[in-house]
Amino acid sequence: MLIRKSPDVRYSEVTPKSLYLNRRKFLAGVPGAVLAGNELLSPSGRASAATTKLQTVQSALSTTGERINPKEYVTGYNNYYEFGTGKDEPQQLARNFKTYPWIVTVEGECAKPRKFTIDEILKLAPLEERVYRHRCVEAWSIVVPWIGYSLSTLLNQVEPNPKAKFVAFETLYDPKQMLSPLQAGIPLPYVEGLRLDEAMHPLALLTVGMYGETLPPQDGAPVRMVLPWKYGFKSIKSIVKIRLVGGQPASTWNLYAPNEYGFYSNVNPNRDHPRWSQKTERRLGEFGRRTTLMFNGYGDQVASLYKGMDLIRNY
Amino acid sequence: MVKRRASKVFVFVLGLAPLVALLWRAYHDRLTANPIEYITHYTGDWTLRFIIFTLFITPLRKVLGQPGLIRYRRMIGLFAFFYACLHFLTYLVIDKFFDWKEILTDIGKRTYITVGFTGFVMLAALAVTSTAGWIRRLGGKRWQLLHRLIYLAVVAGVVHYYWSVKSDVRQPVFYGVLAALLLAYRWKIGTFARPRVSTPVVSRAPETVAR
Repeated sequence: MLIRKSPDVRYSEVTPKSLYLNRRKFLAGVPGAVLAGNELLSPSGRASAATTKLQTVQSALSTTGERINPKEYVTGYNNYYEFGTGKDEPQQLARNFKTYPWIVTVEGECAKPRKFTIDEILKLAPLEERVYRHRCVEAWSIVVPWIGYSLSTLLNQVEPNPKAKFVAFETLYDPKQMLSPLQAGIPLPYVEGLRLDEAMHPLALLTVGMYGETLPPQDGAPVRMVLPWKYGFKSIKSIVKIRLVGGQPASTWNLYAPNEYGFYSNVNPNRDHPRWSQKTERRLGEFGRRTTLMFNGYGDQVASLYKGMDLIRNY
Repeated sequence: MVKRRASKVFVFVLGLAPLVALLWRAYHDRLTANPIEYITHYTGDWTLRFIIFTLFITPLRKVLGQPGLIRYRRMIGLFAFFYACLHFLTYLVIDKFFDWKEILTDIGKRTYITVGFTGFVMLAALAVTSTAGWIRRLGGKRWQLLHRLIYLAVVAGVVHYYWSVKSDVRQPVFYGVLAALLLAYRWKIGTFARPRVSTPVVSRAPETVAR
């Protein structure tokens, strides 16, 4: 496995939020001279739910050499169908989503099943800042400085037994706060799954923050997965349950359209979505298209997980 | 005459309103984090809406007792083609940047693009032959027959939309229901059954021909 060189600086060091906001304010003020109230209408001017700062350490697993997308790209352009199927809807509809107190149940084939409060999760290990490329199955991508630690840290706490072969995840489904499955267009609660060795891979990030702060609700607060070598929908949001299981668990998009979304859903430019090409992608903020990389460019680290597998058939 | 002229100008300005709104959003940086996707969807939506608007003309003429509405049908149809052009150009120039190999693969292999492109070609044929000269050249009857392609175009538009979305099909289903009702109306009044009388379709005596 190739350990990449750690980045020289972390996101929080590069752009203090106050300076960043001031800059936005200044920029927004220029056209504001022409049209008063402009700032109210621009996405940057919208109020978002409170987030708090997180202390982080550097990580050798952070991706280097990528330009990080501005935060608004990640807070104003979301696929979180429980809060609307439009990209700009979750920012509005998830605004009052209650993410505290929060409990994650870890159970199933393990010696010490238990519940973790979000406070316990935040303190379980030093929080690392990891910059990852994020490739959506819809052929766009972004670069985000996530905060968290490897999921293996949490799973080791409950001591998986030999019968555990897969990990099943579940998102909170609260009809009082979220849309109905009919409105969302997908079965709910949202579920996802990984093979145990995938889940134990150091790149599999249990994520509690981004851009130096806790996650905003529309990005999967308070705790989510980030799996940079898989399509974005595998990175399940707002997790309430993690089960160690013997058989391959169900995953929402696979249930919805099995011929379009497989269990693995590794980023694979050679296996097109039945309705569109996966060869290229649009990096948000860029004009042209980029070539999509196998495993989203993380092949050096994860390709060994799939040795001998037909990745066209096991899409 | 002046009043008629003014009302056409009014419809023309209305037809441009979606484009103005789009430019306004662009100027104020409100095209989301993925502006190309936004523009593609926006122009596609308006293409389908304008096709639906043209299909509303005939029923509205009857229901409202306003046969004069036919005056605006050509312009509305041309606006449908105008937004279809913007939609196609967004795909061709901004999205794929003249990557012909990729574009031809898309048109041949991606069913929703095949259907969408077919619809675009149909609209182009209708736009080109929408002049009085072409009506004369083709003869009213043949011209009418050709312009029934709009019924296929609306179906192509709905199917293109339906197949392109990931899961939330509410919008395409909504347009599909509208299109189905509008086509059912034609079926009910016998557009598809009776052979039509060949009369010239000119704007001076439109009441007699257009359905």
